[in-house]
Amino acid sequence: MSDLHALADTVAVVCLLLGSLLCLTAGLGLVRFPDVLTRMHAGTKPQVLGVLLIMVGGAIRLQGWSATWMLLLVAVFQMMTAPVSAHMISRVAYRRRHVRRDLLLVDELGAGHREAGTPHGDEPADAATARGARGPAGYGQGSLG
Amino acid sequence: MTLVFVLAYIMLGGGALLALVRLARGPSLLDRVVATDTLLVIIAAGLAVHAALQRDPTLVPVLVVVSLLAFVGSVSVARYIGGMLRRSPGDGQDAGLPAAAQQREEAAR
Repeated sequence: MSDLHALADTVAVVCLLLGSLLCLTAGLGLVRFPDVLTRMHAGTKPQVLGVLLIMVGGAIRLQGWSATWMLLLVAVFQMMTAPVSAHMISRVAYRRRHVRRDLLLVDELGAGHREAGTPHGDEPADAATARGARGPAGYGQGSLG
Repeated sequence: MTLVFVLAYIMLGGGALLALVRLARGPSLLDRVVATDTLLVIIAAGLAVHAALQRDPTLVPVLVVVSLLAFVGSVSVARYIGGMLRRSPGDGQDAGLPAAAQQREEAAR
């Protein structure tokens, strides 16, 4: 039985150390990478894999069902909310020219030739332009950006 | 076990310090948002590592709050910047610089 405990402790400590290492690499990537999208690529490493590893390690070490359920809740929240916030930030970053376009290999958003004045999204300002420029019929066109 | 403590805290602290460097230096608001998001995740990870290494489940509810706070903060700032987007010339994909940055560029020219 004590062998089993020692094994569980070892697994937990390895998970915790790997998660901490991912946090360090996220900091390094944030400082060294050139623009918002690549910094976000570095910053999301601990947001998903790091948090999952640390939650697994914590659940093994804490040995109580209430703590385990709460750690599971944190992991599920993180996996649900990380894509949403990353999508919103990257979309705004692309439109705000915070992306180094010379470093992009594929630029699918820039490739489509659209007519001027097309509403380009679901932002509040876009709703105003759509209503002013072309009426409610303008909704739904070019909203993929 | 002490070695594990020291290693984990050094790595977490280094990551948090580097995220703070980006938070201070970041040229745009979005860089700071990304840095804040990462910093909050690192803080949550540090709390979880502390709770796990001490076998002390008191801090675990704080983790839920911190992870929700990171999401709400980054989404609200992204919506705020998105609300500042105005109608742009061209194909509608390039919203241009913020007004203050535009003025700074024109003044520098």
